[in-house]
Amino acid sequence: MLLQHDNPSVPLIKVENLSKTYSLETGVKGNGPFNSQVLFEVNLTISRGEFVAIMGHSGSGKSTLMNILGCLDTPTQGRYWLDGRDIASLSDDELALVRNRKIGFVFQGFNLLKRMTALDNVAAPLLYAGVGRSESRRRALDLLGQTGLGNFAAYQPTQLSGGQQQRVAISRALINDPPLILADEPTGNLDTQTSREIMAIFEQLNRERGITVVIVTHEDDIAAFTRRLVRLKDGRVVHDGEVPA
Amino acid sequence: MSLFAIIGEALRALRLNRLRTGLTMLGMIIGVAAVVLMLAVGQGAQTMVNQAIASIGSNLFIVVPGATSSGALRSAAGSVQTLTMADAQAIAHLSTVKATAPLVTGTAQLNYGANNWSTSVTGVTPDYFNVREWPAESGALFTETDLRSASRVVMLGQLTARNLFGDEDPTGKTVRIKNSPFVVAGVLAPKGQSLDGRDQDDSVFIPITTGQRQIFGNQFPGTIRFLMVQGISAETMDEAEVEINQLLRQRHRIAEGMENDFTVRNMAAIAAVATGAAKVMSLMLGAIASVSLLVGGIGIMNIMLVSVTERTREIGIRMAIGANRRAILAQFLLEALVICILGGLIGVALGIGGAWAVSHATDMIIVITFGTILLAFAFASAVGIFFGYYPARKAAALKPVEALRYE
Repeated sequence: MLLQHDNPSVPLIKVENLSKTYSLETGVKGNGPFNSQVLFEVNLTISRGEFVAIMGHSGSGKSTLMNILGCLDTPTQGRYWLDGRDIASLSDDELALVRNRKIGFVFQGFNLLKRMTALDNVAAPLLYAGVGRSESRRRALDLLGQTGLGNFAAYQPTQLSGGQQQRVAISRALINDPPLILADEPTGNLDTQTSREIMAIFEQLNRERGITVVIVTHEDDIAAFTRRLVRLKDGRVVHDGEVPA
Repeated sequence: MSLFAIIGEALRALRLNRLRTGLTMLGMIIGVAAVVLMLAVGQGAQTMVNQAIASIGSNLFIVVPGATSSGALRSAAGSVQTLTMADAQAIAHLSTVKATAPLVTGTAQLNYGANNWSTSVTGVTPDYFNVREWPAESGALFTETDLRSASRVVMLGQLTARNLFGDEDPTGKTVRIKNSPFVVAGVLAPKGQSLDGRDQDDSVFIPITTGQRQIFGNQFPGTIRFLMVQGISAETMDEAEVEINQLLRQRHRIAEGMENDFTVRNMAAIAAVATGAAKVMSLMLGAIASVSLLVGGIGIMNIMLVSVTERTREIGIRMAIGANRRAILAQFLLEALVICILGGLIGVALGIGGAWAVSHATDMIIVITFGTILLAFAFASAVGIFFGYYPARKAAALKPVEALRYE
């Protein structure tokens, strides 16, 4: 039930009146915790096959929204349905399973496991999916080939360029064939040329395989690759629609 | 996630930090080796005590002349001679007593050909060898006839026989004790160390009558040095002790309220104390050694806590790609366990090696049982689980988003 997807009658992502407040202990006696609200009643629906950019300045709440969409964080208020399932009703283990099977993450800092080969990094999610070693290696090698890194399988992240590392990360995100890819500033650490190449990969994944791609960015020319723009400002959605040319 | 995969991840993580893993493991290795070695030494000591006790003979009393305390003046037990052959014979007739063996003792020079050897010479009755459960290895024990006629015959202890005769068979040969010729009746079986650490094989035995009349030149004929009494059973030992006391008081005409001029020692009670002491020592050695195991365990916890903090981001990444809390917990717990089990294996090997070295370098008896190894190993694993659990739980309790953000 949990792992069923491709049910076209429900949107892949549906967020209703979602708010997030961080509560920090001030450490000052009598002052109590310091509350900082970063998201205010956000409403958002993303359908299957969409290619969406979430934009905003730093502090706009876009990363927080991304973390909640990725089931890495929980909202303070409001509801979030991923693939028709109310995330609030899932246990920690079920959330881990959702992250494993339904979501592929791509981060700004790549977040590859250090001192592990590209191949092992790509195959890592399969460790937690209970897939055997030889099958894992076969699938990981296949994906590395698709992202043009077939010859770099035995390299460790530090031996690869930024663009290559991000390709490894994308391969890892794809290994469980998820319906959704969440990319948090995926080109933030890359030069313009490499950024374009990475965005081309996302574009291709979206177009050819119908994978829903949500990218958080603050760069207009990155957002220009997408087909829908959601702009956040001070924790509120201020624009949702066309990507300005 | 399969157990094999988790073990693989744990091994990989440990390999990445070889020096740290090695040093942490060293704590475990030393702890386990110490436990194995100490238990081996302790059990060896117990075995030694048990052997010594068994070599005395069973259900034994030793009756020595002199009181343990007599008024203001205290004389060492055995320093006066109040026990006689007649006392020994009377005690032998008690219903709770199986046999008695009176002894006279001394030291003398023995000669055979060019060899000479100074050793303890003990005058005994043939019953002595029954009471001590000490058979002849070659030749035959001397007899009641030898006793009655005060013959010049001698039984040699193993060591004495070897020192005087080498590879020669001593039976029937003549040795000189204090220049008097004695015919060797036989050689006694090896007996080993006594409770007080003397080598019992360094001795010779002659008929007590011969000793009294010809070797020791006693000023009070018929007196003996001390008396061994064998009870009929372990259950009647207390009863026998009372009867021996009563009989001797009567025979020595000791008035009501006066102190005994003899002392009855129950060897079984002494043996029990010695066994108890050996057991306590064994336990104490084990306890001291387990402290080092505990310290090793704390070392593991410390390193695992550092490791969890250092690898917070890795934990976050693993959570993001689908690791649940159990998988994270298992990974870190297994890292601690692998350190303990590998350390335990090496420690057991080292402990056995150390025990072997000790037993070869000294004449201590070292006993390593399968139980000892199992215990050390189980203890090591328990330490691993106990001290590995907290850091592992800490890792598993991290919030994914916070772990990912950790710099």
